[in-house]
Amino acid sequence: MNLSLLVLMPLITAIVVLFSRREGGARWVSLTGVTVQLLLSFGLLILYWKERAAGSMGMLFEYRHVWFKPLNIWYHVGVDGISVAMILLTAVVMVAAVLVSWRVQSWDKEFFVLLLFLSAGAYGFFLSLDLFTLFFFLEISVIPKFLLIGIWGSGKKEYSAMKLALMLMGGSALVFVGLLGVYYNTGGAAGPYTFDWPVIAQVHLPVEAQRRFFPLLFVGFGIFTALFPFHTWVPDGHSSAPTAASMFLAGISMKLGGYGCLRVAVSLMPIAAREYSPVIILLATIAIVYGAFATMMQKDLKYINAYSSISHCGFILLGIGMLTRTAVMGAVMQMISHGLMTALFFAAIGMIYDRTHTRLVERLGGLLKIMPFISTIFVIAGLCSLGLPGLSGFVAEVTVFMGSWQRTGEAYRIATILACASIVITAVYILRATGQSIMGPVKDQQYYGLADATWNEKLAAVILGAGIIAIGVAPFWLSDLLNIK
Amino acid sequence: MPNYAYIILIPLLPLAAFVVLGLFGRKYLRGISGVIGTGAVLISVVLSLWVAYGYFFSVGKVDGVYQPVIAWKAVWLSFSPGLSIDMSIILDPISVMMIVVVSFVSFMVHLFSLGYMKGEERFGTYYAFLGLFTFSMLGLVLSGNIFEIYIFWELVGCSSFLLIGYYFDRPTAVAAAKKAFIVTRFADLGFLIGILILSLHAETLDFRTLIQRFTEPSPQLAGITSASFLGISLLSWGLTLVFIGGAGKSALFPLHIWLPDAMEGPTPVSALIHAATMVVAGVYLVARLYPVYALSDPAVLQVILFVGAISALLAAVIACTQTDIKRVLAYSTMSQIGYMMFALGTFHSGEEGALGYTAGMFHLFTHAFFKALLFLCAGVIIHKVHSNEMRDMGGLRRSMPLTHGCFLIACLAIAGIPPFSGFFSKEEILLAAYRANKFVYVIGLLTSCLTAFYMFRLYFSVFWWREGGVSAGDHGEGPASMKIPLVVLAAGALLAGFVPFSRLVTFDGAAMDTPGVGVFAIAPVMLAILGILLAGYLYRKESDRPRKAAGVFGVLYKLAYHKFYIDEIYSFVTKKIIFNLIGRPAAWIDRNIVDGLMNSLAGVTARISAGIKGFQSGRVQDYVLYFFAGIAVLAVLFIYIYT
Amino acid sequence: MNQVPLSHILFVSTALFFIGMYGLFTRRNMITMLMSVELILNSVNINFVAFNRYLYADKLEGVFFTLFIVAIAAAEAAVAIAIIINLYRNLHSIDVEAADEMKF
Repeated sequence: MNLSLLVLMPLITAIVVLFSRREGGARWVSLTGVTVQLLLSFGLLILYWKERAAGSMGMLFEYRHVWFKPLNIWYHVGVDGISVAMILLTAVVMVAAVLVSWRVQSWDKEFFVLLLFLSAGAYGFFLSLDLFTLFFFLEISVIPKFLLIGIWGSGKKEYSAMKLALMLMGGSALVFVGLLGVYYNTGGAAGPYTFDWPVIAQVHLPVEAQRRFFPLLFVGFGIFTALFPFHTWVPDGHSSAPTAASMFLAGISMKLGGYGCLRVAVSLMPIAAREYSPVIILLATIAIVYGAFATMMQKDLKYINAYSSISHCGFILLGIGMLTRTAVMGAVMQMISHGLMTALFFAAIGMIYDRTHTRLVERLGGLLKIMPFISTIFVIAGLCSLGLPGLSGFVAEVTVFMGSWQRTGEAYRIATILACASIVITAVYILRATGQSIMGPVKDQQYYGLADATWNEKLAAVILGAGIIAIGVAPFWLSDLLNIK
Repeated sequence: MPNYAYIILIPLLPLAAFVVLGLFGRKYLRGISGVIGTGAVLISVVLSLWVAYGYFFSVGKVDGVYQPVIAWKAVWLSFSPGLSIDMSIILDPISVMMIVVVSFVSFMVHLFSLGYMKGEERFGTYYAFLGLFTFSMLGLVLSGNIFEIYIFWELVGCSSFLLIGYYFDRPTAVAAAKKAFIVTRFADLGFLIGILILSLHAETLDFRTLIQRFTEPSPQLAGITSASFLGISLLSWGLTLVFIGGAGKSALFPLHIWLPDAMEGPTPVSALIHAATMVVAGVYLVARLYPVYALSDPAVLQVILFVGAISALLAAVIACTQTDIKRVLAYSTMSQIGYMMFALGTFHSGEEGALGYTAGMFHLFTHAFFKALLFLCAGVIIHKVHSNEMRDMGGLRRSMPLTHGCFLIACLAIAGIPPFSGFFSKEEILLAAYRANKFVYVIGLLTSCLTAFYMFRLYFSVFWWREGGVSAGDHGEGPASMKIPLVVLAAGALLAGFVPFSRLVTFDGAAMDTPGVGVFAIAPVMLAILGILLAGYLYRKESDRPRKAAGVFGVLYKLAYHKFYIDEIYSFVTKKIIFNLIGRPAAWIDRNIVDGLMNSLAGVTARISAGIKGFQSGRVQDYVLYFFAGIAVLAVLFIYIYT
Repeated sequence: MNQVPLSHILFVSTALFFIGMYGLFTRRNMITMLMSVELILNSVNINFVAFNRYLYADKLEGVFFTLFIVAIAAAEAAVAIAIIINLYRNLHSIDVEAADEMKF
């Protein structure tokens, strides 16, 4: 399979969207594009399984083309199980994101084009095997966010857009320095300098260089994944963004960081990763516990979900930091689970906000009576967030816990226990939010007569919910797919 | 080995009902959702009975000993070789006994709800949730993997949450649902960590392997007992934490606070979940790991013994003072579960040392019948009176003869009057306690007396107390769908004691002779009769005797009436300490310090740039000045460098 | 031969230079500022001529440079006055303080 198709498809869709003339044409074109992309991703999954079943090892479907010869930069793509899973996640979230943006009124063409550009960046990032291309796609998936939040956002959107863009840019600046550090340590006896991931993975970077550049790369990517204390863009950015952008931001963008930490930082510099892992674990544990406590006091639904994302992304970093095979697999599972779950959550919150024009928990109430469908998906997302078995959150968290527990040493055990303890706090804040906004008496007479979800919203929720349940009920296919060495 | 694979249908049928009703119950199947749910569970009951018959009487026994059988197994999530969550079905005496109890009571409740919940707007949803609960509970009892049991454990918690919050527009119901979920979640945290500890050292999650490795000399057992944390071996930690999980679900002191509030749910739900099945999951869990508790770590069993005894007594005392009919029953449930728990704690290595195990399971079995019956009767009464308060009732025996009869049978059973079922199981427990620990035995006796008192207090207050009673809006005792379950359960409460339990469910699987009750039974029965007479004296006729009696106990009465202020302590800890001292500061720190740091970084940058941009003033003369100043500096530099 | 010493001429040119600079800094009138610039240029001219005469009497570069500077100064004055006139048309003033649009 030609992987470049996955990057080209969103771009082609974006161009067609630009030239669409009719009223509402942009959304239909986008929907078609992302649906085709979803089918392509499923195709990729099936082909991948076939290849693996046939016994192929390593990266599959590799393709390389020279991009800038003097610096030995190549366009080099290829996939393994993790990237296939992430691509599938992106495709699913994109379909849902387009569906919930059905009623974007102003500048709808531009909106969809930017969204598609974002996704192209994410696809490219997950596919890239050349670190420079990887960085290039990382950048592509940052800039449109600024516009999406700044133009279509709500609340203090300029501030949030600026904050988000600056902090993520800061992160990618660190990443870039780190990548250059890697690049200039690949040369010498092993051959010319290279950005090529499989080559670098064979080279064994010098320990000194690993020590120096690992923190840069990890913190740089970590900022994307809400690494404590660089997480503060998350609440503001998510709460100001339009629904689709929130979904993409929390669902996919934050995973770019986790994927980067894993694929670039940890797998290229294993020695440094082991040395720094106590620090990572410490920061991740703080993020998990402290994010959960901070969530407990939030009053705005989007803030609740944003803060809970900090806590949940802490599990990703914890899993990566623990460095056992199971924990890392749990981290990847958590990326996927959290991507689906948080997208569903944001979709539900967006639907509620569209109707009631408020996101404050204390002003909502009794929504289950008025809009049962939306309330149900809210509850499902909430239950997934608090780790109910049968939904994806449980599978991921349990895998992280099991993996973390395998790391011997009392301090690691305590970190694991603290992380486990956060599931109780999660239950507290999720149930508070649900109890006040979804259940209870109807607080505002105006809410009577508000419509339940429309077909597009229902479809979006069903797609995301199906993903959550598919992982939650039958996790074995995912663990087979990931199967980390 | 016979083919048991069809057993998987027992839990899957209610699940199917849940899925179908959850998806279509609101719109399309509203009229027949009750029938669908009930039908699915009915098939489960039949299959369960078939399995039980097959297991106990034809194939389960090998050489006179009941063997555990893995009926079905599939890898669900694999962590590392040997360490995987499997979906498996284990058949052994307790699990077979439990599927019968669970599916049977669930069926009764399904049937009862057909009449009780008729006309509810969310009728289909109700049955969907019931199906989900039944599925989870059946899955829980059939679990052959410790993580699998945790999965179903959480699922029953969730369905309990959904059902308690069924009347979601009542703030009290929402609060109760939240409380139930969070308190049990807190306990589940202990369970989860316990699982992590045990599984890591056992290098397996499979119950049978785990029990085998921890009861016979093995490197794993040596490893876990030699490792210690804070001076206590990890085995004790693991088992205690698992027990904490069980204590939370089973509403044992001090994690019981959610159970009385959980009565906000519909009454049939209370009968099913919060009386007969889910709340005994903790007992079941300890029973499931019993060999490890009994053979490898008796110290933890002592903890279980005393926690059970304290819960039994405490709940009985509180139950004597409550006026809400369902709350009395809730505390009674807690007390009876305490009974089962301390029965498990009575293990000793002497002859018939494991009598407590059989006794506890037996009590679990009989309790399911009479407690479900009590709750369903309470449901009928509430249905008629439209109130939960005892003082709104009274004199109902004439207008509700059937309910009256059933309620009386259940009360006699729980009070332990022969030949009702509770008598047999309670005698066994007391016997086991007598042999193990005299102090606990005295607590047991006292509790048994109190049980008789508060149950008959309830009985007399509801059915006697004053004449006439409520008659307005009389719709009898409900339709047949509500009456049949009462009769069937009453028959169960009457006869369940005659099941030769000690031949079927024993610690080592081999049949045990029923210990002779005889003389030993005199003391408890006399005490129970004393309790009944006292209750009759105080509550048979309307009078101010109860108030006087309460006055005699003074402070104790007040304490018990306020449930020993345990709720207040909890709410102080959560609201004041966790919310105000941890949550609020965390949120504040995040907004002001961590985010403030990020913002001030940006602020500093902005201020520096504001300072620098002043140079670009737009005035020609300023530029001239910079120009000449620059020239001068350069000139000085050149001179300095070249000389 | 009784000559004026070089230092005297340099003294004059330096004085002229600083007078010009002083004018450039203190005057607000653009025409005067332009005149001050001319003074500076002329002080340079004097230096060129003087050094040429005193140090390299057999060469002509200094004189040529002076001629260049005179020519450029003329061109510059033309351009500057054109700018000043344009500014005057827009701002109705030739005060240099008034023309501070081109800032940050």
